[in-house]
Amino acid sequence: MPVRDDQDSLKKTPLHALHVSLGGKMVPFAGYDMPVQYPAGVLKEHLHTRNAAGLFDVSHMGQIRLLPKSGKVEDAARALERLVPQDILAIAPGRQRYAQFTNEDGGILDDLMVANFGDHLFLVVNAACKDEDEAHLRANLSDNCVIDSLADRALIALQGPKAESALAKLCAEAPSMKFMDAGPHKVAGLACFVSRSGYTGEDGFEISVPAADAERLAKTLLENPDVMPIGLGARDSLRLEAGLCLYGHDIDTESTPVEAALEWSVQKSRRTGGARAGGFPGASNILAHFDHGASRRRVGLLAQGRAPVREGALLFADATASEPIGKVTSGGFGPSLNAPVAMGYVPTALSALDAKIFAEVRGQRLPLTVAAMPFLKNTYKR
Amino acid sequence: MTTTLYTSDHEWLAIDGDVATVGITDYAQSQLGDVVFVELPKIGRTLKKTEAAAVVESVKAASDIYAPVSGEVTEINDALAAEPALVNSDAQGKAWFFKIKIADKSELGGLMDEAAYKAHTA
Repeated sequence: MPVRDDQDSLKKTPLHALHVSLGGKMVPFAGYDMPVQYPAGVLKEHLHTRNAAGLFDVSHMGQIRLLPKSGKVEDAARALERLVPQDILAIAPGRQRYAQFTNEDGGILDDLMVANFGDHLFLVVNAACKDEDEAHLRANLSDNCVIDSLADRALIALQGPKAESALAKLCAEAPSMKFMDAGPHKVAGLACFVSRSGYTGEDGFEISVPAADAERLAKTLLENPDVMPIGLGARDSLRLEAGLCLYGHDIDTESTPVEAALEWSVQKSRRTGGARAGGFPGASNILAHFDHGASRRRVGLLAQGRAPVREGALLFADATASEPIGKVTSGGFGPSLNAPVAMGYVPTALSALDAKIFAEVRGQRLPLTVAAMPFLKNTYKR
Repeated sequence: MTTTLYTSDHEWLAIDGDVATVGITDYAQSQLGDVVFVELPKIGRTLKKTEAAAVVESVKAASDIYAPVSGEVTEINDALAAEPALVNSDAQGKAWFFKIKIADKSELGGLMDEAAYKAHTA
């Protein structure tokens, strides 16, 4: 959940003054004063990202380097595998992978990106969890790694079908990068870390830039008429249409990666029978879910009408049942689908595509259909 | 001759005899952002003043709209079902929500005129 603080105690990203000058409507989010939207509004910002390119300030997220004391990146990878169920050793230099920190019950402490930068690993973690993540890394990996939290860098996401052409003007290598490529690149002459990834379902990039240069880079990107600044409101509707989880809502310490329908992110090498099976927190529960199934599952949900079904709405097996079967964890209106979209947890028996269930909204039972995610076809450059 | 009055919750009422046409103000729609769905009360429903009468959903959130006076709903604006964005483009015109037969005209006493409402939102 976003941390709500007094205005005075809110932190500011290096792009804060730019947001204010662009007319951003500022709200507290994860301890930061962040733009929820600009004057264009959530709907236009969302659609612009899908049609051209959007620029997002995600500097509130944590950027952490794991530097192997031995100098060998494999040692950092092997160490990190003690905390995540992913195959980190298999991440090739210049590549990135989605991962989760798990707890002893197999629940998810945070989700993150892990990139292999050749001689060290580069992690991007959620803003609300970054202090706990850093402490978790220090407590568990300090024997093998130096944990270097990069507080002096901003993170700018550039997303949408025009992201490549917009970034190519400032970074000649950008067009040759593939989805989930990641590494150090010069952008407008600045020492950046660039990955071809994002949180919208669109092709795009995330650019880590020294804090002192962040505003100049953002302004240069925004000079391109294809690029519009996008607030947290549209970031949420974009990721929801893309079927991507929001930590603290769709995944948390109560959900395992299997329940969360994130099996694809756990490679065979870490599963039962794999070369390095288990060996991460909560392995017994998570591998049991892989081997025998879990009792509930995160699914996509589409409504028949136009009323959005929002987070917290209770789900029911039929129109009259008194006992709920689950809960919506994210929901709203999908501007590109021009329809309500939601995700939530249901008993596995009711998780098959096209299963019919009901959500209770303002005392009424609205029919929902279990639907495939992403709700929109993603456009990653594979 | 109609008189338009305003509530502190940012609704407007155009009063014609004992019937009030109710909607949300232009200020309210600008605060809500892009409206994607409006749920209106059923015709014939009797509303008490300040009772939740309608719901406006933007991309971001749902907001309750309260009955500005007590009375019976006599008409609803079906155009909002087909085109919720009317609330953004013409909040104080085509995007009226419902008409209500005013039960007690003394309830109008606490409402604001245009000048007072302008001062309220300034």
